[in-house]
Amino acid sequence: MKIPEQVRRLGLVIGIIVVGVLGTRFFLIPRSLISDELHQASTVQREVAKPVKFAGSSTCEGCHEEVSGRVRKGYHKNLMCEGCHGAAARHAEDPGQGKPFAPRDRKFCPVCHSYDASRPTGFPQINPTAHNPVKPCITCHNPHDPVPPKTIEACSACHPQIQRTTAVSSHALLKCTTCHVVPAQHKKTPRSALPSKPEGREFCGTCHAKGATERDAPKVDLSTHGGRFLCWQCHYPHLPEGRG
Amino acid sequence: MNKREFLKSLLLLLHAGGFVGALARWAGAKETGGKEGEGKAPGGADAKGEANGKHDPARHWYGMGIEIDKCIGCSRCVDACKVENAVPPEPFFFNTWLERYVIAKDGEAVVESINVKGKSSREMRQDDGEVIRSFFVPKLCNQCANPPCVQVCPVGATFSTKDGVVLVDANRCIGCGYCIQACPYGARYLRPESRIAQKCFFCYHRVAQGLLPACVEVCPTQARIFGDLRSKASRLVRFTRMNKIHVLKPSLNTEPKVYYAQLDGEVR
Repeated sequence: MKIPEQVRRLGLVIGIIVVGVLGTRFFLIPRSLISDELHQASTVQREVAKPVKFAGSSTCEGCHEEVSGRVRKGYHKNLMCEGCHGAAARHAEDPGQGKPFAPRDRKFCPVCHSYDASRPTGFPQINPTAHNPVKPCITCHNPHDPVPPKTIEACSACHPQIQRTTAVSSHALLKCTTCHVVPAQHKKTPRSALPSKPEGREFCGTCHAKGATERDAPKVDLSTHGGRFLCWQCHYPHLPEGRG
Repeated sequence: MNKREFLKSLLLLLHAGGFVGALARWAGAKETGGKEGEGKAPGGADAKGEANGKHDPARHWYGMGIEIDKCIGCSRCVDACKVENAVPPEPFFFNTWLERYVIAKDGEAVVESINVKGKSSREMRQDDGEVIRSFFVPKLCNQCANPPCVQVCPVGATFSTKDGVVLVDANRCIGCGYCIQACPYGARYLRPESRIAQKCFFCYHRVAQGLLPACVEVCPTQARIFGDLRSKASRLVRFTRMNKIHVLKPSLNTEPKVYYAQLDGEVR
């Protein structure tokens, strides 16, 4: 039996379509559109190629041995350099570029060390408004080797309470001898020779009067401030923040 | 059809076939070109691992340990994550975040995400005698071994790698947000500019180079521990051995790989 011409032509058209579809599916469409493995692999590759911003502290130790050796011995031994100094991968690649920032103001340390009831017990915490509120933390504490500061050595042996109080006040950096004249005899037989105490308003005025040279001290006008009272009747000099 | 016509059309057909073939080759080259050998190997991921020489995904199974008693809630991890992964700066996009739990005497637990700014009014009952305990819980994508987000993705854009990290293919993601709905831990969000799903990838680019994830790197109290569960000597395996371990929402059978030590019963 002879197949009619139109059936043959129709068969040819269908055949071309079938071959075309199969060809497209298996040859023209890129494999990555079909295969999960391929597109997952390319995602992994894209992910791996992302730039690293934090170099890691072993990288820092390569050049900054001295500092990192010191940090590893102190209370901050578990801290990574970039925790405080910020991401430094750029600096690690080219030391001239992107100098890491050094937090020097009072805002930074309290991020970890301000008092928070939710923090674990025993973690060193301070009240940033009461704890010597004038100076940046690094004036007294070395962040690379933080220890409680010991400013007044000789006197604290017998007057530890005053030393502790003063140490967290804005007068922390003053020596005892700034305000007290201590006779040498006082250290041997304390009661026989007592240290002097400031006598008048003018003594505090050397730092706190208008026009005094001490830059950080708060200034008052001695002629109008406090009237006939002596400074320490209202301000306790070992903890000037505490009023009354 | 005479002989001349037949030869002519045969010649045309051959040319057409050559053209189609060239087109196919070009399409194939465009897709796999520049990715040396990616297209050739059937197991693409394996081939990649060997080509790198160091990071073979099939050999690792990554996880993270979190020690609640060590977390001081300083948010260094959150800040570092934002820098490392270019997380949008707005204070409501996070790959990792911190929650404060305040549990009162009457048993009421107040939870707040301390990194979401403008919520400080809820920071209450801190100092009064009503509080019996309070602590911080760092949270992030749990990189579930049985991830609901992967199951629901309609285009197969999110998947688990062989080393157990759930990744998102940015080229395939259509931003439908199903995975965000499916995640029981709220770890996912849509990137505002590109509208693709985003979450913590365990800093996959760092881990592949042998570095620690950025949050683990900067944590000042080592409250976060990262490691390979396949390696018996890793810090994480030791951590899971030495501590009583909890995971979040174990009843969902998602098999999370973020392991918490000293986790309070109130934490959800």
